[in-house]
Amino acid sequence: MKRYDAIVIGAGHNGLSAAAYLAKAGMEVLVVEKNDYIGGAAVSRELHDGWTYSNCSYVCSMLRQAIHRDLDLSRHGLMLVPYLGTISYGLNGEVMLGYHDEGAAHNELKRFSPHDADAMHRFEADMNRYSQFIRKTLMRTPPDPVAPKIRDIHELLFLGKQFWNLGEREIYEYIRFFTMSASEFLDDYFEHYLVKASMATPGIIGTALGVESPGSAYILLHHVMGDVDGSIGAWGLARGGMGAISHALASAFQSFGGEIRREAPVAQVLVQHGRANGVVLENGDEIYANVVVSNLDAKRTFTKIMDPKDLPPGIVKKAENYKIRGSSGKVNIALSGLPKFINVPDNRYINRGGQAFIGSMETLERAYDCWKRGRWSDDPFIESVIPSAWDPTVAPPGGHWMSNFIQYCPPELEDGPWTPEKRDAFGKTVIDKIERHAPGFSDLIEHMEVRTPYEIEQEVGLTEGNIFQGELTIDQLLFNRPFPGYAQYRMPVKNLYMCGSSTHPGGGVSATCGANAAREILMDLKRPNTVPEDDCYDE
Amino acid sequence: MSEAMQTDPYAGERLKESPFHPRQAALNLREAWSSWNGYRFAEYYYDPEYEYFCIRNGCGTYDICPMQKYRISGADAAAMLDRMVTRDVHKLAIDRVTYVVWCNDEGRVVDDGTIFRLGEQEYMLTCGSPCLAWIRKAAYGYEQVTVEDVSDEIAALSFQGPTTCAVLKRMGLEGIETLKPFGIRRFPFQGGELMVSRTGFTGDLGYELWIEKDRGLAMWDALYAAGEPYQIQPYGEEATNMARLEAGFIMPDMEFAEALKTVHFEHDQTPFELDLGWLVDFKKPHFNGRRALLEEKERGTRYTLTKLDIEGNKPAESSWIYRDRDCTKQIGYVTSAMWSPAAKANIALAMIETEYLDGPIWAWIDYEKELRQYGKVARCTVSKRAFWAPPRARATPPPDC
Amino acid sequence: MRDFDTIVIGAGHNGLVCATQLARAGQRVLVLEAHGEAGGLARAREFHKGFKAPVAPSSHHFSPTVARALGLEQHGLKLAPPAPFTALAGDGTAPRVVRGETLAGASVEDAAAWPEFRARLQRFADALEPSWHKTMPRIAKGPVKSLLPLGQVGLRLRRLGKEDMREFLRVFSLPMRDLVDEHFEDEALKALLAWDGLIGSRMAPRSPNNAVLMMLYRMASQSHCAGTSLIHALGSAASAAGVTLETNAPVAKILVAADSKGQQAAGVRLASGEEISAEQVISSADPQTTFVKLLGVQHLEVGFSNRIGRLRCNGLVAKLNIALDGEPNFDGLESAQGRLLFAPSLDAIEFAFDASKYGEYSEQPVLEACVPTLETPELAPAGQHVLSAHVMFAPHALRAGWDEAAKADLAARALAVMERSAPGLREQMLGHELLSPVDLEQHYGVTGGHWHHTEFALDQALMMRPTYEAAQYESPVAGLWLCGAGCHPAGDLTGMAGYNAAQEVLA
Repeated sequence: MKRYDAIVIGAGHNGLSAAAYLAKAGMEVLVVEKNDYIGGAAVSRELHDGWTYSNCSYVCSMLRQAIHRDLDLSRHGLMLVPYLGTISYGLNGEVMLGYHDEGAAHNELKRFSPHDADAMHRFEADMNRYSQFIRKTLMRTPPDPVAPKIRDIHELLFLGKQFWNLGEREIYEYIRFFTMSASEFLDDYFEHYLVKASMATPGIIGTALGVESPGSAYILLHHVMGDVDGSIGAWGLARGGMGAISHALASAFQSFGGEIRREAPVAQVLVQHGRANGVVLENGDEIYANVVVSNLDAKRTFTKIMDPKDLPPGIVKKAENYKIRGSSGKVNIALSGLPKFINVPDNRYINRGGQAFIGSMETLERAYDCWKRGRWSDDPFIESVIPSAWDPTVAPPGGHWMSNFIQYCPPELEDGPWTPEKRDAFGKTVIDKIERHAPGFSDLIEHMEVRTPYEIEQEVGLTEGNIFQGELTIDQLLFNRPFPGYAQYRMPVKNLYMCGSSTHPGGGVSATCGANAAREILMDLKRPNTVPEDDCYDE
Repeated sequence: MSEAMQTDPYAGERLKESPFHPRQAALNLREAWSSWNGYRFAEYYYDPEYEYFCIRNGCGTYDICPMQKYRISGADAAAMLDRMVTRDVHKLAIDRVTYVVWCNDEGRVVDDGTIFRLGEQEYMLTCGSPCLAWIRKAAYGYEQVTVEDVSDEIAALSFQGPTTCAVLKRMGLEGIETLKPFGIRRFPFQGGELMVSRTGFTGDLGYELWIEKDRGLAMWDALYAAGEPYQIQPYGEEATNMARLEAGFIMPDMEFAEALKTVHFEHDQTPFELDLGWLVDFKKPHFNGRRALLEEKERGTRYTLTKLDIEGNKPAESSWIYRDRDCTKQIGYVTSAMWSPAAKANIALAMIETEYLDGPIWAWIDYEKELRQYGKVARCTVSKRAFWAPPRARATPPPDC
Repeated sequence: MRDFDTIVIGAGHNGLVCATQLARAGQRVLVLEAHGEAGGLARAREFHKGFKAPVAPSSHHFSPTVARALGLEQHGLKLAPPAPFTALAGDGTAPRVVRGETLAGASVEDAAAWPEFRARLQRFADALEPSWHKTMPRIAKGPVKSLLPLGQVGLRLRRLGKEDMREFLRVFSLPMRDLVDEHFEDEALKALLAWDGLIGSRMAPRSPNNAVLMMLYRMASQSHCAGTSLIHALGSAASAAGVTLETNAPVAKILVAADSKGQQAAGVRLASGEEISAEQVISSADPQTTFVKLLGVQHLEVGFSNRIGRLRCNGLVAKLNIALDGEPNFDGLESAQGRLLFAPSLDAIEFAFDASKYGEYSEQPVLEACVPTLETPELAPAGQHVLSAHVMFAPHALRAGWDEAAKADLAARALAVMERSAPGLREQMLGHELLSPVDLEQHYGVTGGHWHHTEFALDQALMMRPTYEAAQYESPVAGLWLCGAGCHPAGDLTGMAGYNAAQEVLA
């Protein structure tokens, strides 16, 4: 029977990028995927005739340009288009428009607060500065500060030097950013509730923290440190939906001779003599390989597809304690036409950006309070994008598809697990909030898909439906991700690696965790490295 | 949604128009518009060089409505401003104007601008880009000071050139010839008040006119009626940039990067680096950035903004500056450069490492001939004085008035 | 004009510790106290005829190092072993009691998890302990040598062994909820174990980043003494050292000598108008009061003043004092010794906190109480008692404002919570007083009525406490120093900030 050089479990963006770089190094690599489609949470699915949904992730800014160029993803069919600003919906019909032109954007902000219009310049410069430091760490393996090897010491010195170079003030300001709540952090910049709330929303997306929770300022940075074509903080849409990213990665992988097997859910990782030796599929097939790489989240990897007997003591407990909390929902809608929003002018440019249905900081925080109690808020935060305003391939002419991301949505309700009825009630809450800003919206709905953490877990395989494969808090970042001592992609069983977003640098459609894992694997196998260096060092 | 947006869905995309816009738009034959602080703003109206010579030879108007204006008043206003800027504000008399810079705690320039003392406890601060957030921070802890952004309330017009005094006199501003540089005078104007300051950004004789925005057009018309025999002409950003460079004035985003908006460590500047040490008054026991600036003064400044007279006639735009003709040791870079039509000289402002200022200075100049790129090395001479500083700029009364 | 070497503003415990140290080093020291008596938040105050109570009835963490250095034992201070800390769930279940290393009333599983949990945290606390006594370095500005204290912390953590160090790097930022959830099942016990990471701060069980450090700070020195006896000993030590203490002497301004050479603190002006000169002025008042009210921002940098201005100083604890005509009885307890916690679960704390985010207090407050008269009978007439409770979370900026009705309402809610475990309490009540954070601010001169003068959070801790450029106790104005809870390490009756400041002044 054929023995592969490596098996990658899961065909998500990180699994595929890890596989691509291993195959590029000349290895025979098999990717096994439980679904009959690839992509994990970066997919394009025609769930309604003529409409293609990116029904999980829906926008992209974290995909490292160095990987895009190195794997020639454009030739493999990927086109990333930056989209224009965001419309923010406040209280009592108040709407703040996001203009692309700097002067117009300034005037719009000034309409709310002349102070904030000015403060925005400093905010943007600061965010840019903070991003530049952290961007340099993305395509690097976190050093081990506890039992450092020589390369860890080099790495620690590199990071220390980068940090020191920020200067006294910025070192301190950086620590603030890393530890504070989004709300307190933004208080230093903005005074108007809607300006502040619209800047705060990235601080809660995907996380079980609120705008008032310490640590949410970092989440905010995590969402603005990406870029499209070097423009830090910009977000892009993939032509054809997010599946285009997965398909381009898969195509690159296959061009290096890689093999993908669909509908092949893994039951267990085979371990022999303390070494990973392959996988058993749920249908009983055994496939052997010298290296096994899991793109599943850390909790799933250690509690679902490993025999505890094969693991050193304590690791299962660590995996159980790993914080991977479901906090988000998704409502994907096929529309027969473009909705009209109250107080939004019929402006072709404005209508091609995102929409943030917010309310105020209090609305956001109260939604979090509901999550804590196992409920969803009547007034949830919804981040919407209408990719069809840009992308002619995802809806029929005249029709539109609208992606709605909802924060918060509990993994389980106070009175028990999710049921189809409750899921639909949740969907209705979302529609109702949009309808309040766009009367007649419901009449445009041709089809809709509601996904709570339950559906996301069932279909995609993300534990609790957590979009980052684990909370992005200090205890689970850098050398702590996923667990202290296992942050360098190597797992406690020899020849077993992890490459999902549970590893550094965490969530986001970045393909970076996979590339980093591949670099470590190739190092262990003493093969030449195929993973490029990041291109952000001279920013 | 504003009314404008209901009739024009793109209203929010369109830039604001200054109170003078109807007249300026009519004269902007080239439709050469750019933007400044969210306003539609002329790069030039007819021809930049023609407009430049109006400033140097006759008179011209420059729309400074987009400039930021803050009214700072109250019993603590003087103390608050005095702590914010490096100059001694307590010395500023009523109806006088002073040029100032203000720094962050590290002594790096946040912005430059002018302070107008309008009354016992009332000041106006003007600057090129929005600074309200910093001014609010500077006002924190003072109980009796209010800061108002009046940028959009006041119509302001800079009026520059050798014949400006004569025109204002013809407009009926009695006694304008006795107004000294950096002085303020008020005149009744059609039921309102016209404030005139003898200030400007051209290094020449000139005034700035300030009036409430609803009377802006009437003021324009009166000024243009009086200026008709003097060939009064509006001028835009390009002519201003030429005139200010000859005068040796610094421009944000050219000579300095505002400290609060820089991304990279110490990519902003200190007053000493900008050769504005004369604005830093260490006799004051405290002002923002004093400690850092004192350290810098004692240590010596790394860069100094320097006026250069460069051989040849190719403008040294974006040039690198070297210590030697072979260009082996880079010692600085040019921030602004042009051929000076008034001085008939090839001039530039450059940031040069202070320790090399006394030695030879060479510039590598890229230029183009019919699409083909050329480069040359040119010897530079440090000029201590401004390239253009006519006596009429300071004379009271000005000549011919 | 009167002249001293040093003027210390405020006769709270940190001010007294600092003044005594300096006087012992030979300085002529004047302590100026706004109120009629020394003691700050540990000063007893009559709240009902014949009944007195301080805001801080007892100290659980007074530093033995400081006690030794000042010879407080000779002045009558006795640091007893830690008092018991008891969770009263109010549901008829037996109390869970933690006393030092022992845990009683827990389930078999939880009791089994306890020794290792506690031992590990104690190892962390012990490793950090010396750093609370050190001046923190000024990163990127000070000499490399000044980084030593940080290096030492690193070394001490490293000495714990790889496993412990890894665990420390993970758990130091955990929310209390995650920390205790990993080890225990019983909700009331979890609330009890989480409490010391939360009380006094704007933190709930789910808040990451700051709570574990707060708890480790408190675990660094565990002892017990009555607040009033601590103040008594400190006052006695101060006067023995030759400190001049003036009460009813509120300071209006810190005087600055300014000329072209710069600025230098020169003394103070009292509210009475008297000016007193000194070589240096040391303020134990909170940073906002010190810099904005007493000094004035005109002497400071814009960025610095705004960092002081944005310090998070809004207190969330109300003080409820109750006069009782007998000793209160609590279900399952023979005597109300030590601290009593009325918070049945982590969610109870979390949900009580939630209300405070919106400027409200909860229907169901959570509280920590004690009966100080059990060890200090003179606070009440013979045979009668005082019950003193910290009620959380009572926001300083109450949306509707802190009027009498709001205070009566919160007191009633707090009482109702306690009555679940002390059915006869209401009948024993002779009177009560609730001090909101606004009252605490007014009576004790603490901005926001905040226990720690400003929130103890990572961005306001260590070399950032209260903010950089003032974290080494010396302020940007030469001759003006800080020595209060707003400095490293933090608040509570530990004496460390005052002690560290004196060391730095004398260095």
